Amino acid sequence: MATLAVSGERKNYLNAEYGIRSWLFTTDHKRIALLYLLSITAFFFIGGFAALLIRLELLTPAGDLLSADAYNKAFTMHGQVMVFFFLIPSIPAVLGNFLIPMMVGAKDLAFPRINLISWYIYIIAGILYIHCLVTGGVDTGWTFYPTFSTEFSNTKVIEAGLAIFVSGFSSILTGLNFVVTVHRMRAPGMTWSRLPLFVWSHYATSIIMLLGTPVIAITLVLVVLERALNLGIFDPTRGGDPVLFQHLFWFYSHPAVYIMILPSMAVISEIVPCFSRKRVFGYNFVAMSSIAIAAIGFLVWAHHMFVAGISLYSAIVFSFLSFLVAVPSAVKVFNWTATLYKGSISFSTPMLYAFGFIGLFTIGGLTGLFLASLGTDVHIHDTYFVIAHFHYVMVGGAVMGYLGGMHFWWPKISGRMYPEGWGRLAALIVFIGFNLTFFPQFILGYLGMPRRYWQYPPEYQVLNVLSTAGATILAVGYLLPMVYLLWSLRYGKPAPDNPWQATGLEWQTSSPPPTFNFDETPIVTQEAYEYENMPLPEEVTLER
Amino acid sequence: MFDNFPIWPVAASSHAFWEDLLYLFLVAVCTAMTLLIFAAVAILATKYRRRHGREATPIHGSLLLEITWSVLPMGVFLVMFVGGAVLFFKMRTPPRDAAEVYVVAKQWMWKLQHTEGQREINELHVPVGRDTKLIMTSQDVIHSFYVPAFRVKMDVIPGRYTTMWFRPTRAGTYHLFCAQYCGTMHSGMIGEVIVMEPADYQAWMSGGPVAGSLAENGQALFQQLGCSTCHRFDVQGRGPNLIGIYGKPVQLEDGRTVVADEDYIRESIVNSQAKIVSGFKPIMPIFQGQISDEQLNALVAYVKSLSQAPAGQAGTPELKSPGTQPESPK
Repeated sequence: MATLAVSGERKNYLNAEYGIRSWLFTTDHKRIALLYLLSITAFFFIGGFAALLIRLELLTPAGDLLSADAYNKAFTMHGQVMVFFFLIPSIPAVLGNFLIPMMVGAKDLAFPRINLISWYIYIIAGILYIHCLVTGGVDTGWTFYPTFSTEFSNTKVIEAGLAIFVSGFSSILTGLNFVVTVHRMRAPGMTWSRLPLFVWSHYATSIIMLLGTPVIAITLVLVVLERALNLGIFDPTRGGDPVLFQHLFWFYSHPAVYIMILPSMAVISEIVPCFSRKRVFGYNFVAMSSIAIAAIGFLVWAHHMFVAGISLYSAIVFSFLSFLVAVPSAVKVFNWTATLYKGSISFSTPMLYAFGFIGLFTIGGLTGLFLASLGTDVHIHDTYFVIAHFHYVMVGGAVMGYLGGMHFWWPKISGRMYPEGWGRLAALIVFIGFNLTFFPQFILGYLGMPRRYWQYPPEYQVLNVLSTAGATILAVGYLLPMVYLLWSLRYGKPAPDNPWQATGLEWQTSSPPPTFNFDETPIVTQEAYEYENMPLPEEVTLER
Repeated sequence: MFDNFPIWPVAASSHAFWEDLLYLFLVAVCTAMTLLIFAAVAILATKYRRRHGREATPIHGSLLLEITWSVLPMGVFLVMFVGGAVLFFKMRTPPRDAAEVYVVAKQWMWKLQHTEGQREINELHVPVGRDTKLIMTSQDVIHSFYVPAFRVKMDVIPGRYTTMWFRPTRAGTYHLFCAQYCGTMHSGMIGEVIVMEPADYQAWMSGGPVAGSLAENGQALFQQLGCSTCHRFDVQGRGPNLIGIYGKPVQLEDGRTVVADEDYIRESIVNSQAKIVSGFKPIMPIFQGQISDEQLNALVAYVKSLSQAPAGQAGTPELKSPGTQPESPK
């Protein structure tokens, strides 16, 4: 990788040192971000492979491609890999790691060695999980519901639980590092009200990681203990309560949805002002809505349990709170849209992903209302409607934001420009493929097709075929950026320091940045997004 | 529509009309909001696309707008919340005179016991127009009883009862799905709900041989297991007199008061030490693991029958004619 850097007199983080040891023992947040990038990409392909198996099996109503057990293991692997080994670390550990120190004007994160440790913990967890997969896999679904997980499953539940338990510490340490960095490492003049919204959103994410992750860790330990030592925690025949697990699990796993979506909102809040050449509309509201989402997000977990036998009145309270958490999300969407007003809008690749994000997240967010509303949730809970809803949020939202961010900061990360035409084409293919994959699933859900079905009644076939067709288009859309981003490392045009003429501090240093980010500590004298003082970018990156 | 490409599920219960109405309301509001956002993005992005000689106008924001687009959606969300909560309340509150069917789920089948004594596996026969309440438990893992045509679903949990109810409105055969992932053959844990005209249902009920009603079987068990030595109906025994307790509040030894519903009766059998009635000693044996879920259902049905007039006899649910429903959705 180091050979790809611009040769010449100037040292940067890529060519500062050479050799495998310089990467495995680095404490440079930018190099650790790249280590994460490689590892989460590997897991994305593992999870994607499982998705491929699922979609191929569902082409026909009969269970014919895989055995029932293999199918159950495939969707479990898809869920656990994508949630715990791709989505949760994706934007925070790659883009957050790379950018937060630069955005606040610091040389590195507050605890560089802890940052490296958190990557090693992630890798250990990943190896444990892959070991679990190759020695037989696990079939509990990513949700581990007892009493199935604790007593009836004959698969590697303990191994999978421990792998995810370990991966949690990686999250906790990353969150801790971000919180301390934002509090203690800001450059002179970088006040809280001048922080880029990317940092605000990651700050909110980090708080959820710190407060929520220990709960899932404890919960998984309880599952392991019940399975290994026959304790009666969730088993009713030994005095336990299986619904208790669901409370504990969703206490983390609902806020975890915000761990996945808030960093993506962080990216969109940077892209939209830059490609509209104007400050974000309502900075304070966008910043505070991140905090509101993090706070209220902890109080809505039981909307996953409306038909799980919880009391009528607690269901009503949780339904109300779930509607409440939708408000700050709506505020963000309105503010991004309003930012376009009287802007100077360019349709570059990152902006196309931002448009895609706004559209898909709007649909994902609004369909969440169907699940927050008690009456409608009874019918569509545990059906494909839920699958469609959370893929609109996590894939349509989180992954679109991740890809948009990768394109936006690629010149800074690699020192090379990506091919703009291919970038736009891939964004379009992802958008079309995504909608074709997941929109039919809303209809399937209201028709009543339950999730996690290996075989299904024939009347659901046409919609499933559409969905599988969309998934193949989506796969092409995901593979394309892989190809041309790698291509650009060698053949892309060298990137200027600030190709987009963006305002963040990360653009004031060279591309790629030097090891300690800035030659001298920047002094901040203005608010974020002062685009009125920035020139328009040269159209070097545009192919026309 | 084509047979293999439906876009709307059949509606066959009294809940379905209201569920569909609420759903369509949400679809309408959310489609409008989606179109609004899509149109705003498309129009603004086109109108203000980058052109030479035109610069962006810096705008900081607008408190008035922010408050408007926080409060307005909240107002719309409140309407959805209230609509959903009212429907849910109705779905979770079975009518008092509903006919009862006990459901025992296990990997991977549904076992059903009618109070009249009929038993079924993976099939449930019910008449049009009769309120039917299901009292459900699981022998192993969590399952979920889901009938899309009725728009009802409830998890079926080991170690306790959950209940649901519906009033079928249209004769036909409908899917019964397990909606909560339960292991290898989760997708094979399916069955049929067969809704019949009342006359056909009567014929079906009187068809097969039946060894006594559920409550009668429970009464036999009550003698056989020795319950009747302490729970006496003539004089005060060492256990509480069970006549008339169902649905009534019970004062517990620790000061709490609970309502004697199915779940309480069940718990008081399998885990008799959990809630001791005020004034009694914790001397009853624990029946956890000693009797099957089906036997437990029979005992519960018997104890409940003690609260129906005349006391001590299992009541037979009355059939309602379909014409008497308050609303008749199509």
